[in-house]
Formats: sequence, C-alpha cells, structure tokens
Amino acid sequence: MKRHNCPNISARPQRRRAKSMLSAFAVTATAVAMLCTTGCGEPAAASATPSAGITPQKFADGVHAVMMADRTVYATHVVTNLKKQSSPVTADEYWMDSTNAIPLPAQMFRMGAELVDENPEAGFTYSLRSEWPLNEQHKAKSEFETAALKYITANPGENYYGEEELGGNKYFVAVYPDRAVAEACWTCHNDHPDRAADYPEFGKDDVMGGVLVRVPIP
Amino acid sequence: MQTRWFAGQVSQWWLWSGLNLALIAYFGYAFVAPPSSVKASLLPGETTHGHYQIELDCNACHLAADDPERHSAGNVMTDACNRCHANQLTLVNDTHPAKKFRDPSNADLLEILDAQDCLTCHREHVPEQTVSMGLTLPTDYCWHCHEDIGDARSSHAEMKFDSCATAGCHNYHDNRALYEKFLDVHYGEADHLVSAIVPSRNLKQQWIERHPDKSQLYIADADGPSNEPAGSTIETDWAETAHAAAGVNCGECHNEKKASGETSWNDRVAMSVCEQCHKSEVDSFQTGKHGMRLSIGMSPMLPSLARLPMHAGASHQELNCNACHEGHRFDTRHAAVEACQKCHADSHSLAYADSSHAQLWRSEMAGELPTGSGVSCATCHLPRLTGDDGIWVNHDQNAVLRPSETMAREVCGHCHGLEYALSALADPELAISCYDQPPHIRIRSLQMAHEYFEARRQKSSR
Repeated sequence: MKRHNCPNISARPQRRRAKSMLSAFAVTATAVAMLCTTGCGEPAAASATPSAGITPQKFADGVHAVMMADRTVYATHVVTNLKKQSSPVTADEYWMDSTNAIPLPAQMFRMGAELVDENPEAGFTYSLRSEWPLNEQHKAKSEFETAALKYITANPGENYYGEEELGGNKYFVAVYPDRAVAEACWTCHNDHPDRAADYPEFGKDDVMGGVLVRVPIP
Repeated sequence: MQTRWFAGQVSQWWLWSGLNLALIAYFGYAFVAPPSSVKASLLPGETTHGHYQIELDCNACHLAADDPERHSAGNVMTDACNRCHANQLTLVNDTHPAKKFRDPSNADLLEILDAQDCLTCHREHVPEQTVSMGLTLPTDYCWHCHEDIGDARSSHAEMKFDSCATAGCHNYHDNRALYEKFLDVHYGEADHLVSAIVPSRNLKQQWIERHPDKSQLYIADADGPSNEPAGSTIETDWAETAHAAAGVNCGECHNEKKASGETSWNDRVAMSVCEQCHKSEVDSFQTGKHGMRLSIGMSPMLPSLARLPMHAGASHQELNCNACHEGHRFDTRHAAVEACQKCHADSHSLAYADSSHAQLWRSEMAGELPTGSGVSCATCHLPRLTGDDGIWVNHDQNAVLRPSETMAREVCGHCHGLEYALSALADPELAISCYDQPPHIRIRSLQMAHEYFEARRQKSSR
C-alpha cells in the first residue's frame, strides 16, 4: 500500500482534532485569496490535485460530512421514528416489492452512492464497508480497506487516510467510522437473523463499519 | 499478328479493369447505401435472433458515440445497446447494472469479466458461440464473482458451477420472479389458483375520465366522407366498437394537418395517430420483433423476412397496428388469436389450437366462462400490466421471453402458483405444446428459499 507524500495529507493515519479558530480562519483566508487570484467570475478548473486550492482530504471530509448528516437524519428521524410510533411502515431489505416498506439506512446509502457513480461530474466515489457486514457487498474488498476498518475500530473517533492503486488508477482514500447513531441501527443489527456467532453486540455510538471516500489523483 | 495480339491484350486489360472497378463500386456503394440487401455483403457473420431484422442497418449499432474521446469499439456498441435496451433493463430492476461495478474496488473483478460492457457477454456476428438470450460467454460466468456462494448459502454448496442460470433459479438481469423473498412469499401456492382470471383492460374508463367532454357517437354523427363503396361496413364497424363509444370521430384519425395549417382527409392512418391515445401500446410495439424495424426508421417487418416458420400466404403482410387490429372494428379478440395464427406457422403456434389453454379461450368466447379466464396467444405474449394510469397491454410480445421467467410473474401468476409456473417454464417440451400438461419435474428454488427464511424467522423469534 502506497502512502501519500503530499504535505497536505498525512502519510500515517491521523487523529481527528477539533480545528482551532485560528486554523479555520487560515483555511478560509487561503480559499478566499485563491478565489480572488483566479478571478471571481471564472471558477478554477476542478482537479484532484492540491494545487486547485482544496486538498483531497479536505474535499473528502466535506462530502463525508454531508453524506453522514443525511444518513443520520434518515436513521434517526425516519426509520427510528417510524419504529417508535409502531407504524405499519418499516424499513425492510425487500422494500421494493413490499407494501408499507422503505429502504434500510444501508440501502439508502448505497443507492445514493450508485447515483453518484452514475454522475460523471461527481469526481469521487463512496461506499459503505464493515468488518461484520450483514450484506456481503459491504465487506472489505482490498488490503487497504481491511487495514482501514481494523484501524477505525481499534481507534474510535479517528479517521484513516491514505492512497491506493486500483486497476492502474491512483486514489486518495479516506475512511471514516460509521457509528450507531440511532436506536434503529443497533437494535436491527443486534436482532438480525443473518448475524454470525462472532457478531458483536452493538450499542449507541459504537463503530459498526466505515464510510470510504475515494478521490482519483494523478 | 502482333497488332492483333496487342489489341487482345488491350481488350483484356479493359475487361479486367472493368471487373475490378465494378467490384470496387459495388462494395463502395454498400458502405454508403441505405439499409438494403446490398449491405449483406459486408456482414461479417450471422446476427442473433434479437437483431437479424435490423442487421442491414449497420449504423443502428455501429454509429460512433457523440463524444469522440469516448469513441471505441466497446463504448460505441454499448451506447447502441443502451439506446434500445437501457429502459428495458431499468423496468426489470436489472440485478447487475453497470453502476453496480463502478466502485474502483471492483477493478480486479472487471479485469476478469468486464460487467460494464454489454459486449463482454453479448457479441454479435459470432453464431458459432452464441447460445440462448444472445449470450456469447461460457455459461459458467457467474462463478468468477460468486464462487464462494456456498459459504453464505449452504444449500448451494454442492451445486455445479455452471448451473446458476437454470430456469427457476437465477438470471443475470431480470430476477423479478426469482429473487428469494418473492419465492418465499409464493411458497405453498396451489397449482391452480381459485381465482384464475387476468386483469380487465380499462382504457375506456381512463379515456372517459380524461375527456369528460366526449360521449358515445352514432352513425349519424360520423364526419367521414360519404363515398363509401357498396357493401362497406366501415361505418357500422366504427359505430359498434370502442372508438365511437369513446366519442372518437372519423376525422380525429383521418384528418391530416399540413404544414400550412390546413387539414386534409387521408385514407391511410399513420402509427403516430394511434400513438396519440395508445402511447404505451405503440411504444412497446416498437421494442419487440414486430415493430423494432420501425423504431429505427426501417420499412415494416414482413413475415417473409422472419426466421421463424410463417404461412406462405402471409409473406407480404406489413407489421403495423392494422396487421392485427383491422380497421374499423379493431377487434381485440381477433387480434388475440386469429391475427397471430394468420402468419405464425412454428410448432408452438400450430400446437395452440389443441391445447387446454385454447379450450379455455374458446369457452370464454362462447360465453361459457367469465371474461378473462380464457388463454389466448395475447394472454401470454401481450400481458396486461398495471401502469400509472391503469391496466395497459404490453405490445412487445418478446418482453415476457427476455427471459421466459418474466412470464411467471406477469402472466402465469394470474392463474397458477409460482412453483407450478416456474417448473412449467423450465420444460422446453411444454413450451412447444403451449403448456398443455402439468410439469413433470418440480423446481427446488421455492422450497430452498422457504427453508432459508424459515430459519431466519426462527432465529428472530428466539
């Protein structure tokens, strides 16, 4: 597995720290300065390289923040809320051909990822992975992914960053912990009939897997 | 002597030059000619049953992609496949869409089997390696990605690696009648359901709801020309059937609007006119073998062009709406059986009249059975589907054969249990006899799915 040598991206897994006001100001000021130098009316060409004014890591952190916000809202305010109301509508793996059924949070996430895959303008891909997948499609598919999942489980609260080469193309890969944010997450997984004997018993905020964001780099 | 010899040489030179020029001209013209038999000389090999009707329109498949940067043999062809098939695949909830393989982590798998390119599995002009459904790969292709299926499904552990696509088990694209939950839901159904009836068409009700200003018309209301030949039944055919009942007058189909804004009477009614009210039917007609030539601007299909055996007398019957729905009665009962039998002379079509399904149809026509309980050719090949606006008839008579298990869900399931239907569809002899007898061998997939879910249910209840 190759490591990124760019100063903007740590070559080792980083501990996520709260940004200080100062660094936030510095980043903002840099971005504003770059925008002004490229001309406000002419957006800079999109690129995966740091020279475009935003690092792959910063980009990955941003899109991950959005996708996790949506994922949390769906799991908490839709799926769990229906459950609390004893609604006839439930999240069901076979929702497409069932009445009173909506997609599971993991399916919702995956369908969104597939729509992004279809969009040639997106410039990145993302996926859900777990060391304990109930759906085989979500198991680690490379040595990098395996190492990343192990790391974010062993180091709760930390992300895992690095580079990976797949099919002759290089990618910056960010792996974020996917936590049990809503009651529906851990109760459904803990009660699932497909769970293996060594399947962990999850509770609130436990790391259940990881969200991978892949950004192509030169 | 020398002069004559030289003259002979000159004439021979002209002869051979002329022959070569004629050959160059012939093949040169073939490259630029419109779709016609002259292009046959350029075909590198026989095309599949799905495409032979349009094989002389090379550009239907070989037209370059719009974006020159994406232009390669692979993407040009896949673009062409998608022009006709992308929507079909979406409608059948394709199990293996290209987008499923776009995640970069699939790179190693795509190296072995590029599931994003239609041509990986479906090449053309290679009849010697083409099997059912236009597949040109060895039938063990599933194994490349699913070799460890036995780990997740113990029931599959001992199964042969090339048996996945056996009827009643799995298809690559369309598994709507085969996926595990559907099998479990329909487990234990009787072979013959208590309510054995197909949905009723309701286009007339849909029309009336959308056109409250329309009402039943009578012969006196007809606005057609009054120069009908003696003995003509045009007016009575119209007045006694659906168009008059829906308030659709002669001029609404026959009046043609010119560019100048004027209208003039036209005896011939174009398919685009039918499409104004029967859009789903006309659109679907053009995705099946009856109308696919029309969809790309070619002349209508003729029975004389077909690969299936046809009645000689029907050789030059053009395939358009009127071929089956003869004006002005547009008789759907005639279209459901007699219209098919008029052209088709293959063993399956010839066996229909003696089948138990045909007997049900005759009983319905005689009023001995309720409407919708008979089984015509159209019952199976032009299924009645539920759409956004109500029940409509899918006029792509090949859709239920892509693959035949599609029929289990859209057709057979109205009268038969799923296990019975899938077992029958898996028997090629029954397919020829129009499923005249119950299936001898029962498929195991429903039992397996039921056992799988039963085990899950027991786990959950602990």
